Amino acid sequence: MGEFLLVTIQVDMHDQLALILQDDLTKAIEKQGAKGVLIDISSLEMVDSFIGRMISDISGMARILDAKTVVVGMQPAVAITLVELGLSLTGVATALNVERGMQLLRRALSESNDDSFINR
Amino acid sequence: MAAKTSLSAALQKRRADIRTRWSQQLMATLGGTAKGRISTEELNQQVDQFLKVFEPAVDSNRLDDINGPEWADVRAFLDDFSRRRVLAGFSADETATFVFSLKRAVFEVLKEESSNDTKQFANDVWEATQLLDRLGLHTVTAFQKSRESIISRQQQELLELSTPVVKLWDGILALPMIGTLDSARTQVVMESLLQKIVETESQIAIIDITGVPTVDTLVAQHLLKTVTALRLMGADCIISGVRPQIAQTIVHLGVDLQGVTTKANLADALALALKRTGFALTKL
Repeated sequence: MGEFLLVTIQVDMHDQLALILQDDLTKAIEKQGAKGVLIDISSLEMVDSFIGRMISDISGMARILDAKTVVVGMQPAVAITLVELGLSLTGVATALNVERGMQLLRRALSESNDDSFINR
Repeated sequence: MAAKTSLSAALQKRRADIRTRWSQQLMATLGGTAKGRISTEELNQQVDQFLKVFEPAVDSNRLDDINGPEWADVRAFLDDFSRRRVLAGFSADETATFVFSLKRAVFEVLKEESSNDTKQFANDVWEATQLLDRLGLHTVTAFQKSRESIISRQQQELLELSTPVVKLWDGILALPMIGTLDSARTQVVMESLLQKIVETESQIAIIDITGVPTVDTLVAQHLLKTVTALRLMGADCIISGVRPQIAQTIVHLGVDLQGVTTKANLADALALALKRTGFALTKL
């Protein structure tokens, strides 16, 4: 994966687990110098406001650590539910699957690499 | 054992006469309105079938309540009869006339069979007319029910037929919308569109609204819901087929399109979608 991190959410999240995830993730971003985070929710058949907020939080933390977040693998039923609930996850990029997500991240990173005055 | 009603006796004795007169009455009234929607043979068949179940039901002496088990066969016949008439395009009153026109034949025969006892005759007529009225009303109710079920089935079909999702190119889907967009349809549209996105791994959906008559705030809300759902799935949306009228309405209503690209026609939308997905078009 290189400079990207992949988080796969498969089980039901509860408060404790969510905090642990955020802690692990931010530490990993710092340690590996990751520039992108992919959150894979293709196993989730249901997403509630708690998960929605958790994803927003992770995205915010990653952004502060200079990493971009992409949520991938949302199932159609989940997308419809989120829309009905009025949670549109603004500010969080989405992609159909991990492959597309990585393409998105690479494109976004190459655009923001205008600090190419550094020639290594 | 209760005495046979005069009606029952008349039916048994003068069956053939009643049948003939009823048939003649029907031809006289339906001849003008039926206009070949039903053949004479079929009409006479229905006359015979009705009398076949009518006679034993009358024989049961329960003339006051047609919802009882004695009248089950008659009710079943009338339900089926009404349904056929609905499908053949008859109106409610044309259908009920089938039952009501039996009155004349019955009254005439009752008169001929009556023993000059006017009181008895009046009672018999009253009994007969009540019975036939109830049967006629039952026919009308059955007619209405059949009509309603046909309409609701057609509505369902319309809903399913009018929201096809088509693949325009690799990664590009199109959804031509015909007719107005309500919440029920939005649900159907969202489900089928999102499903197709997953199946084809498409990145862009073009929603063409040439066939949508008006876009008010409610319709706009539904459209935007669909766009938001699309974006959550990692796809993007272009709305095409925006007519001048609709453009005016959208601005006047202050609808926020949330950055959705709009194009006047499908061709322009397709060109943009191809560009966005990395295709270039060359004329040979």
